[in-house]
Amino acid sequence: MHWPIDMIVLTFVIFCAIAAITVRDLLATAILFGAYSFMMCLLWAVMGAVDVAFTEASVGAGVSTVFFVAAVFRTSRRTKD
Amino acid sequence: MRLIGFIIVCICGGLLLYGTSEFPDWGDPASPASTHLSNDYIEKAFDQTQVPNLVTAVLADYRGFDTMFETAVVFCAGLACLLLLRDYSRKKERFYRHVPTGVILQVKHPEKKLPVGTEFEYMDKDWVPSDLIIKNVCRILIPFIQIYALYVVAHGDFSPGGGFQGGVIFGSSLILLAISYNLRTLVQRVKEKALGILCALGVLVYVGIGALCMPLGGNFLDYSALTRIIPWDPHHIRAYGMLGVEIGVGIAVMAVMVVIYINIASEGRHDEGL
Repeated sequence: MHWPIDMIVLTFVIFCAIAAITVRDLLATAILFGAYSFMMCLLWAVMGAVDVAFTEASVGAGVSTVFFVAAVFRTSRRTKD
Repeated sequence: MRLIGFIIVCICGGLLLYGTSEFPDWGDPASPASTHLSNDYIEKAFDQTQVPNLVTAVLADYRGFDTMFETAVVFCAGLACLLLLRDYSRKKERFYRHVPTGVILQVKHPEKKLPVGTEFEYMDKDWVPSDLIIKNVCRILIPFIQIYALYVVAHGDFSPGGGFQGGVIFGSSLILLAISYNLRTLVQRVKEKALGILCALGVLVYVGIGALCMPLGGNFLDYSALTRIIPWDPHHIRAYGMLGVEIGVGIAVMAVMVVIYINIASEGRHDEGL
């Protein structure tokens, strides 16, 4: 009975991915990448790859979001294209 | 140009999707990986290494060489960030705040410094007063995060986790300190030199344990050779070898994460930032 959760989370993953490349505000993109990573983490956990899920949660959703926010803080918030 | 890019992306995506259609199904027992390799690991790994978490046994022992170079990649990332962003030039002017009165002083002479302590404190152009609640909550939270990180490193043999995750969690606890207070607090507590040494030390611990096995008669990263100096059961010694290697990974990753954050957030000047 776990495949609907799979599908719901996968929908969120795709939604976050498309939103991250279309949004013009780079800070919002950083947050969307964080959400994307967290959804991927849930997906790994559902598939039973708990170690990978743990890495995704700590590296993808945690630290890399902070790095993105720090980089946006030091550059510009708006994209040119 | 955008149209050409879109077409190329569509073609590449289509080819990738076409390629994945040939893959075995998820969890297919007849797939090549499940017929030979996985069975071997599942049947023999616990007897050979005494590590209940198979993933750790595969990553740190059977595929130890792979993980060693992953650590080296993380180390190189930290090094590249340092070399690209670090800025040693002195700033022309600096700001101080007189704590009792709240008066802000600007010192333009590059050599003159005010005694920073109870009376004066450093101030940045984009300084914001740090929030009391955030500061205190983070101050209480940080030690627990760090203990959890050490638990993740030490317990990597038994439950999900290991050096990489533990190192990242420890590094992010230090980053939380920089965010909740200010970057200067972190830079004062964790010296740049110490971080640089820790980056290299982590990789050295990993490679050192691997290399130590060679004069003792084993292959590189063959932890069972360590029984020559520590007389334990050769199966248990592999678990301890893995633990040592994971500690090395944890140290390197922790230091690299903090180095990257400090350099990005302060544009390499290590004084003010997020």
